[in-house]
Amino acid sequence: MRLCDGRTSGTSVAELLQQVVIGLSSGAIYALLALALVLIHRATGVVNFAQGEMAMFSAYVAWQLVQWGSPYWVAFGGTLVLSFAGGLLLQRVVMRPVENAPVLTIVIVTLGLLLVFNGLATWLWSGEVRTFPPNRPFPTRTFDIGGVVINVQDLGIIAVTLFLVAGLWAFFRFTKAGLALRAAALYPESSRLVGIRVGWMLGVGWGLAAALGAVSGMFTAAAFPPLEPTMMQAVLIYAFAAAVFGGIDSPLGAVVGGLTLGVLLNLVGTYADDLQDLGFPVDLEGLRLPVAFVFILVLLVARPQGLFGRASARRV
Amino acid sequence: MEARYGPVQALHGISLTVDDGEIVAVLGANGAGKTTTLRAVSGTVARRGEVVFDGRRLRRSPEAAARLGIAHVPEGRGTFSELTLLENLRLGAYTRGDGLEENLERVYGFFGWMRNRREQPAGTLSGGEQQMLALARALMSRPRLLLLDEPSLGLAPMIVREIFGIVRRLNEEEKLTVLVVEQNATVALESSSRAYVLEAGRVALEGPSDELAKDEAVRRSYLGY
Repeated sequence: MRLCDGRTSGTSVAELLQQVVIGLSSGAIYALLALALVLIHRATGVVNFAQGEMAMFSAYVAWQLVQWGSPYWVAFGGTLVLSFAGGLLLQRVVMRPVENAPVLTIVIVTLGLLLVFNGLATWLWSGEVRTFPPNRPFPTRTFDIGGVVINVQDLGIIAVTLFLVAGLWAFFRFTKAGLALRAAALYPESSRLVGIRVGWMLGVGWGLAAALGAVSGMFTAAAFPPLEPTMMQAVLIYAFAAAVFGGIDSPLGAVVGGLTLGVLLNLVGTYADDLQDLGFPVDLEGLRLPVAFVFILVLLVARPQGLFGRASARRV
Repeated sequence: MEARYGPVQALHGISLTVDDGEIVAVLGANGAGKTTTLRAVSGTVARRGEVVFDGRRLRRSPEAAARLGIAHVPEGRGTFSELTLLENLRLGAYTRGDGLEENLERVYGFFGWMRNRREQPAGTLSGGEQQMLALARALMSRPRLLLLDEPSLGLAPMIVREIFGIVRRLNEEEKLTVLVVEQNATVALESSSRAYVLEAGRVALEGPSDELAKDEAVRRSYLGY
């Protein structure tokens, strides 16, 4: 699978900027899924391994809605609502019974969900490769700013992502429901005592995560076609990397991590040949995943709590 | 009422009442069941028997208790330490629909220092300030019954007096009903109208606080003179 567009010629600075924008666009997709992972990790202390497959499933739902005649952005909105409801339902029905189980049990359950969603998508949509034409989310046009050629779709993905992130931030920061969600995630006991229904808040957290993932899935299908059941697997790895990079519990960190990783991976792909020309022993073009891991490894050695994480001192 | 933590029974059948507008103290040594008594009332521990509030039987749910007007300031104060002081207060008012500003003003009336420090993370407040914040947070819900768990724990005597002073003022000015659990028997008996003494999960003594303060056994065991 190729997760970035090819190279374009031009002056070196313009080309660099161009590749940065393309990288930001794929980074936005990683950031959305990373944000979903962070939301659930903050609320429950668990990494949801099914997040990527849930996102893939949502993308298929959107495709189905478009197939039934819905305009793209209506299908987009509808998928957000359906994904939110689905995430909430999953938490209430599947995750709640294992809420107090050991972490390993919960991890196994999310791995099970991963397989379930993958199987379900293959069964429902016969695993065939699909595409979204003709109504892709953004016009397939480019424009030129001083030699930097920018794809409208890349810009659109970045803009929608930033809009969602800002909206989410404002929701958590300024609304009563957002405050209750934060409180329930961090302090379940005290939250119950002030009357917050903590169980439902966890459900809402899952719903929000599923909706964010859905955007990530729909954008993946649009930016890196085709739509196929395995399309989110690499994205999930990048999202993990982004989330850990930011310090697994930091929403801002997840976004910064996702964008950084997107740019870095795209630049690695773009300049792999040049690096080889300069005497670098291997071709990094095909080694994106290892590069992502080296990236996390180096950061974690230097800063174990992640970029935006808080160091937790423990007295022994 | 009985209560247990898994196989360990902490309360072996106690019965207590709190009337409207009263401050009632529960005294006892460590492990006597004081904290469990409060937790049984708010429903944060498995219990047998019944809790009747305002003529209604409560089901065992802290959320439901909070919605009915029972504010529980738990052991350790339950501070939302990563959140700001103001966010702590807003959470206190979670069950209330409106009147946040007015409610804040009322609370600042009791705790003037909070007004200028509302953006401070609650975890960076001193122990005494956090105890006051816990009290203020409970007030934000305009409770009908306040459950206070050892407000004196770990605080300097002067601050303990200040906190109990505020509790008394709330009782006088707002007719706030309080059930307070304390190890510091002196200050608890001074501030309350009635008290219960727990021993090993049972009520050993009960009566008006001024009488208990004179009781030979109470003085020897809890007041230390």
